[in-house]
Order: sequence, then C-alpha cells, then structure tokens
Amino acid sequence: MSEQTPLLKVRDVKVYFPIPKGRDWPWQPMPMLKAVDGVSFDLYPGETLGVVGESGCGKSTLARALIGLVKARSGEITWEGKNLAGLDDKGFHDVRRDIQMIFQDPLASLNPRMTIGDIIAEPLRNYEPGLSSEEVKQRVRQIMDRVGLLPNVINRYPHEFSGGQCQRVGIARALILKPKLIICDEPVSALDVSIQAQVVNLLKELQQEMGLSLVFIAHDLSVVKHISDRVLVMYLGNEAEVATSESLYANPSHPYTQALLSAVPNPDPDLERNKTIQLLEGDLPSPINPPSGCVFRTRCPKAQESCAKNKPELMGVEHHQVACPVVMAG
Amino acid sequence: MSLLEVKDLQVHFSTPEGDVTAVNNLNFTLEAGQTLGIVGESGSGKSQTAFSIMGLLAKNGRTGGQALFEGKQVLNLPEAELNKIRAEKISMIFQDPMTSLNPYMKVGTQLMEVLIMHKGCSKAEAFEESVRMLDAVKMPEARKRMDMFPHEFSGGMRQRVMIAMALLCRPKLLIADEPTTALDVTVQAQIMDLLNDLKRDFNTAIIMITHDLGVVAGVCDKVMVMYAGQTMEYGTVDEIFYKPTHPYTIGLLESIPRLDTDDTKELPIIPGNPPNLLNLPTGCPFQDRCGHVTDSCRKQVPNLETFGNGRQRACFWSHELVTAGGAQ
Repeated sequence: MSEQTPLLKVRDVKVYFPIPKGRDWPWQPMPMLKAVDGVSFDLYPGETLGVVGESGCGKSTLARALIGLVKARSGEITWEGKNLAGLDDKGFHDVRRDIQMIFQDPLASLNPRMTIGDIIAEPLRNYEPGLSSEEVKQRVRQIMDRVGLLPNVINRYPHEFSGGQCQRVGIARALILKPKLIICDEPVSALDVSIQAQVVNLLKELQQEMGLSLVFIAHDLSVVKHISDRVLVMYLGNEAEVATSESLYANPSHPYTQALLSAVPNPDPDLERNKTIQLLEGDLPSPINPPSGCVFRTRCPKAQESCAKNKPELMGVEHHQVACPVVMAG
Repeated sequence: MSLLEVKDLQVHFSTPEGDVTAVNNLNFTLEAGQTLGIVGESGSGKSQTAFSIMGLLAKNGRTGGQALFEGKQVLNLPEAELNKIRAEKISMIFQDPMTSLNPYMKVGTQLMEVLIMHKGCSKAEAFEESVRMLDAVKMPEARKRMDMFPHEFSGGMRQRVMIAMALLCRPKLLIADEPTTALDVTVQAQIMDLLNDLKRDFNTAIIMITHDLGVVAGVCDKVMVMYAGQTMEYGTVDEIFYKPTHPYTIGLLESIPRLDTDDTKELPIIPGNPPNLLNLPTGCPFQDRCGHVTDSCRKQVPNLETFGNGRQRACFWSHELVTAGGAQ
C-alpha cells in the first residue's frame, strides 16, 4: 500500500476552541479547549480508516476539520496535493464535491421540510446546475435504487421513515456526486442492532463498487474492526495507536487501546464470565487543561515519571505505530 | 414464592391513531438475587414492561394481567401505595443520568431526600448514610461530592449517583433501563463491574433492560428476547447464546460484529424493518423478516410454549430443535 500516493495526507492537525468565559479578566489570554492536538495520518485510495475513541476524544472534531466544518488552527491537510487547512468556504466548495459526509443522527441531519427526492438531489443541483430536471430525477432514482430505497418514497418526508431508512437517505445524498472520500461520523450508532448490520454491509458494498475511501468514526470497536483496513485510536485529542485492523486487534500495544478493547462486552457468556477487564481509574481529564507530556499518564497503569515530560511521538513499524515510549522500550 | 411473578402482562396505549399494544402477554418469574436481561430493539416494549411494573406509564397507558411482587399485585395500585413500594422494595435507574437527576438540587440533598421520605431518618443520619452509599458505589471523595450539583459530574459519575440513590433503601429489586447506553465502553465496564459487586453484596435482584447482547452475556442469569411487544424466546443465558431456537434470536446474534472472531466477510443480516405497532400483521410479528416463514405464520400468532426447564419460545418453526437443545 505504501507505493501508492495517499489521497489524503494529514500532518499535525490541531483544532482548538477558545473559551471566552474561561478567564477572570478580559486582558488575560483566552483558555483553549484542545479538541484535536496534533493528529497525523495518511489515507490511501479505496481504503477505510477507522477512528475510535471515547466521547470527548476529538474524533468528530477531526472529521469536521477534514471537511472544513471547523477550521484547523495549524497543521496540514493535503487532499490530492492541495492544502485544505487554510482554505476559505469558497475554496472548500469545490473540494466537497469529492469529500462528502454522513452524520450520526439520521433524522436530525435531514431537512424535515424537504422531500426525500429533494434532499438527495440537493448536492446535484448545487454542483451541476446545468442538469435538466429529468436528468436530476433519473440520477436520484438510480442512487435510491442503489442504497435500497424504493422509488415510490421519493415524495415522502423524513419523519415518515425509520432510522435505518433515514440513514440510507443520508448515504444516497453523500453518494450522488460520486465522491472519492466519505467521512462517516458514527453512522450506525443511533441504529438498532439488526439495522446496523444492514447499513454496515451497504457501506462496504458501495465502497467496493465505487472505489471509495472511507473515514469511519465510531465508538463501537467491533463495528470498526469489521469495516476498517486501518484503525486510529484517539485519546483526548491525541493519537494513541495507528495500525492495520488485524495487527491492532490481535496485538493492541498502547495501554489505552488494551483497556478499551478489554472493556468491550462480548456476546458470549463464558468469555464474559472469565475475562479480566482492565478497569481505567477515574475520568477523562479536561481538554482545556490536559496533563503535560503523555495525556493518558494520569490513568495509565504503566505510567512512569518520564511520561510527564515529553509528548510521545508515534513509533514502531509502518503497519503498527504506538505513541508510548514505555511500551516500545519493552 | 418468587420475588416477582409476571403473568400475562399487557400494556396498551390509546393514541389518536388507534390502540397500540406495546406489550403483549408477558410471562416471567424472578427469584431473589437473580438477574434477568430483557433484550430487544427500539419499540419492542422492553422499557414499557419496566414502566408498567413501576407504575410509571404515560397517562394514556393501561395495563392488564398481573405482576406479583412477593405475592402482591403491584399493577394499577393507587399512587400512595405505589410510593411505599417504589424506592423501598423496587427501584429503578434510567438510561440518561443527566435528565434523571434534578439540576437545581445538590446531589447530597437528592440522596438525603429519599431517606428522609421513606425511612424517616433525621438529616444527620441521612447525610451519613448517603455518604456511605456513595462510598459503596466507589465515588471518590464522597463527602465532598455531596455538596455538588449534577452538572459538575461526568456521565459515569452521574450514573453512580443514580445507582446509589436507587440502593439507599436496600430494595429487593432493581430495574435498570439501559443503564450504560449513554456511556463510553470503559465507563460501561466500570458500571457493570459495580452492579455485579452490588448484586453480590446486597443480594438485589436485577432486571437489566438493554439492546446490547454483550452486556447481557456478562451479568444475566436469564434472558428474555422481545420483538414488537411479545416474547420471542426466554431461557437461561447459556441457552439463549449458545443454543438459540428462535429465528429472531439467531439472526440477532449473527448480525452483531464481534471482536473475538476474525471474520471480516459480510455480516449476516435480518432483512427489512421492525413492524409498526399500530399496524401489526396478522400472525407472527416477525414473519416479514423471517427466513423460515410458512403459511401458518401468516395466519395466526404462534403461542408462547413453555418447555421443560422453563424455557419459552413463540415460533412454529422446528420443534425438534428445542427438544434437541437448540441450534449451533
């Protein structure tokens, strides 16, 4: 995979949010919430990168930064040789033709006053205004058929649909421009178990068929394992571990990844009764004032004094990188 | 005598669009110290089952059948009598720990209120007991936390407060309605660990309502699988997970991606969507999504049969499977 040129190259991206009410006096500098604090990765054509982490780890903010919904404070996001980090809204307009997004809440992300047909056609009308309404309709029908929506629902409204079907509409809307990359922000976490499998399978099929790349954000590690080629584990805005899916799940190295994986309940009574969970002590530290050095050290079972000094860099072989010098030293 | 015996429990709602049967003919028993898991998708009636036992149904809801707690009917009791049972004998924790605590009251006051109301404790006694209970749910610096408001706590900590509050009067039955759905996996593991400890220490029976089969596998003795308000299958946790006999249970178990298998192929799915409760098909509610559907499934609802060892199943498909001990 390394011979290919990456489709998307992300280098040391930081997204900070200023907290205006966090200071005592107006002349003091505003405190910053460090939502994403230096994340780097490459994404290759046709690949799925899973991003996992708990709430507040910055995975959704990272996704939004990639597509320009929030501005990255520093770092580079290179899309097909073009740096997106400094782009204004107008510049992003063209890029979003190739990068589309699917959101978590299927109902809330659809305009309740537009019909399904209009929702799916909107990107097309926006990017290809020259198309006749007949052509638009045909493209909409095509894509609806592809994601498993019946043609007779084209004039219905989102509230008439179940969560799974709304998510299909969201997928159709993202696909109609034939993008190269789709960013999926927790696309299945609001869905029921039996519907989850349908949507995951649909995404996988579409990816193979259209050669899409996916950034798949989720907190459910089993779903991510199923769909991803490579997985990025985040903790408090930082990368903990990046590895191929097989390598990560077979051999989790970072203490946080280990704790995370051991906490996932398995639908198998014997396994569950006999397993030992590495319980993490305490709560997530505040991203406004994160611990110095390694952000995980306050809850880490392997923490040493040296962890407080330097922020750990990703180390290790190419298909499995870990941001923990203690583990790497053995 | 069982701690809780539910017989033919029904929950109906009258809505402008017509009558909805949210729960239909539910039967189960729960012994002291046991944990029952109720699994199902949204709209399967699992929460309404709990609400009906606690007398918390919405105004347009009606219950039928019996729920005998220590031999005494608890359905349709007047509010005053219900209040004696709630918190003292049966208590409940809810899905969203943020909205189930009062944001205007200090956590300590909310905890003490329970003891003062139900046990007639003095303020000082109630305070000490509340601190002890917060300690029991492994809340760090419990004494200091009594003086804090719910918004100062994280989601996991709030759920601990809820659990402490539910256990203050040492109830015999704790109903947990999706207690970890809103929490992260590592926090979920902490809470499940805590519930297991508390079950051991206080010998509380638990009804665990969830859609996560992984959670059920870890803590439950018995499992009931619900679909469209009806019991599909009921048995011990080992029977349900290792030898499922209902097509819905089998499909559900297959369709979850798992960490412990290397399979990255396509997930087996249950096609279609859950039915609309307003407009249930005649016959089995699962018929349109079932791979084993026959004509009889479309004509009549399969009876919930009870087999030896207390196992229940509602399906026409392959009786030999159940007598042989189940699939797989």
